[in-house]
Amino acid sequence: MSRAVADLNWRGDSGSLLIRGARVLDPRKGLDESRDVVVKQGRIAELAAPGEAELPEGAELIEAAGLVAMPAFFDPHVHLRQIGEEYKEDLETGTRAAAAGGFCGVVAMANTDPATDEPETVAAMREQADREASVPTGFVGTVTVGMRGEELTEMAAMRAAGALGFSDDGLPITSARVMRRALQYQHLVGGNILLHEEDPELSGDGVMGEGVVSAALGLAGVPDVSESTMIARDAALCLHEDARAHVQHLSARRSVEAIEVAKQRGAAITAELTPHHLVLTDEEVRSLDARFKMNPPLRSEDDRQALIEALRSGTVDCIGTDHAPHATHQKEVPFEQALMGVIGLETAFPVLYTALVEPGIVELETIIERMTAGAALFDLEIPTIAPDAEANITLIDLEAEWEAGADGWESRSSNSCFTGWKLRSRPAATIVAGSVAYRQRAFRMGAVA
Amino acid sequence: MRDLLSIENLSREDIERICERAASFAEVGRREIKKVPTLRGRTIVSLFYESSTRTSASFELAAKRLSADVVSIKAQGSSADKGESLKDTIATLSAYDPEAIVIRSPLAGAAQLVAGWTDAAVVNAGDGKHEHPSQALLDVYTALERLGSLDGKRVWVVGDIAHSRVARSTVRAFGLLGAEVTVAGPPTLIPPGFGEAFGCDVSYDLDALGSADVIYALRMQRERMAESFVPTLREYAVAYQIDARRLGARQLLMHPGPINRGIELAPEVIDGPSSLITAQVRNGLLVRMAILYEILAGSERPRPVRGVDDAIERIDPEGAPTIGEPA
Repeated sequence: MSRAVADLNWRGDSGSLLIRGARVLDPRKGLDESRDVVVKQGRIAELAAPGEAELPEGAELIEAAGLVAMPAFFDPHVHLRQIGEEYKEDLETGTRAAAAGGFCGVVAMANTDPATDEPETVAAMREQADREASVPTGFVGTVTVGMRGEELTEMAAMRAAGALGFSDDGLPITSARVMRRALQYQHLVGGNILLHEEDPELSGDGVMGEGVVSAALGLAGVPDVSESTMIARDAALCLHEDARAHVQHLSARRSVEAIEVAKQRGAAITAELTPHHLVLTDEEVRSLDARFKMNPPLRSEDDRQALIEALRSGTVDCIGTDHAPHATHQKEVPFEQALMGVIGLETAFPVLYTALVEPGIVELETIIERMTAGAALFDLEIPTIAPDAEANITLIDLEAEWEAGADGWESRSSNSCFTGWKLRSRPAATIVAGSVAYRQRAFRMGAVA
Repeated sequence: MRDLLSIENLSREDIERICERAASFAEVGRREIKKVPTLRGRTIVSLFYESSTRTSASFELAAKRLSADVVSIKAQGSSADKGESLKDTIATLSAYDPEAIVIRSPLAGAAQLVAGWTDAAVVNAGDGKHEHPSQALLDVYTALERLGSLDGKRVWVVGDIAHSRVARSTVRAFGLLGAEVTVAGPPTLIPPGFGEAFGCDVSYDLDALGSADVIYALRMQRERMAESFVPTLREYAVAYQIDARRLGARQLLMHPGPINRGIELAPEVIDGPSSLITAQVRNGLLVRMAILYEILAGSERPRPVRGVDDAIERIDPEGAPTIGEPA
């Protein structure tokens, strides 16, 4: 029993539209042809032959010739920094960045300050999203109180307050005992558990991926087994407790192998990849530029190839950006001192299209499937373009060329590891439940006829 | 050369030119008045975020022998102690228009960042575990002084490779001058990928140490026991200490200092005839004079020196100074 994405909290309302002349591409429906999309009260009413649809009453007309209409993306993993670090991002700026990236929904992590570990906080955030969020926004609560990894939070109460699931993301749940209790408790409360997999004992004071580059730079490295051993542990616990969990941001070949083994054994485990791990390697860190510092870290070309293969094969279920805004003064410091994380919402699709689709490494259809599949982690309807489906549609200009960061960012922060990249393709408009959540400034739309 | 940030971005020619210059400064040290006017009127800021004896002292002395004005700042008691960011500190110091900033930091990449924030030339006097280029230059200068050429010579660097910025710079410098370098130490203290990163051999024992022309021992710190890198310093010494038994008569011994006597080096070899350790310290002064000369006087594009004209421009037409305290 899936819910619609627009049931999450946002300030928008469902609307009516006619999208005319777009190439409609939805790989899940085997659809790739020119269609006029008729949207009535938030839902797709009809996919008509080009030029044959009539504008519904009170609807906006969108002339979309030359654009591709695809299911809008869903990001299961963003940091909106509200509450506590609004100088980096907040619900308003973060969801504006999401809309500009073609996302119809995001899920905000709970490593706020203080952590989102009480039902009252979850309820307050949802109310705030009703007033400020440009796209539907879901919230998770933490698994442990204060993200200390010791005691479970009131997960049932947070679920009742509307938490979509639970995560201590930013930190691993180090204790196997606590992890096991959380998975057992899931049988009462439901909700997916999202896991940042890392063994702090093995990571030590590491600040980048361990390998040739870390050896050259004299920076402490985080070995890949820090991630893969924890995935193996938690997969075993999921099987043992008949529970469900989602592994966030894989960074290494060994982690992909651990997911493969877990799935073969029948564990209810899903996995996620970020655009930056799919496109960059630890070679970038040679610059000692803290824009390339994130957790998990960038790793070797061999690891990157394994991640790409996992994206293609479906071993990895979805893409999440791990959008992690930080202020300039937290990044303009020596590498070891810098905070970890990069923003990613506004560049996710264009970067993947430029680096993976255009050179023929990954099919466009695969990227669309993985960028929408994150909704299923929370039992939400995966955005799709079909009659009766909620009209969550992104219009993309695949020919557009632009320089990342040259016009600034919708996000309040600018810590992108793609600044200066010449990108091909750009979202022109994002539609949520038939209502326009974003339109590129240069993109003109027709008035109501 | 604009800055000296690392050995990695130097060529063999750069290193040889600096060594030749250092040799030419040896004569200055033998004069009664050990000073030349080369850098008169230039200001050099020495900014040390870590304790240091020989590096800070020799840079300061090198600057003074070249007649530069030196301001030495230690992190303790400075505004860094009060939480000022590196960028803000550099902006503050740059406002005094120094020609060069010599910086030592516990953080990798600090010198490189500073170079992007200031017009002054920047000398990396050690950044985290990354590089220590002036040490490597004095190392190869000292070895060259004894051996004439390093082409085809075998150099063994022994000890805690993982935590050593000296190793990262000196392995590269010896390699650039044609030496074949082997790093040796406990497997826990040689990071994975080191051999590939530096194009050197890796050994976990000293069985083949006899083939070395130069043995370069590194400092072994006591903290490494607590972090389980080695069980005890005694066990480390048994496997890796350079003593009279391991040091052959024809082999040269080097060490960056400060020495832990009886741990990485047995007392009898430190002051023995094969030891270049004192020569390293002495040459450190000459090489650091050569480095300051290279970036401040030897540069192909000398940086503009602020003169009287600039000062006049800063006074507005009414004649009131725009900068300064009210009368």
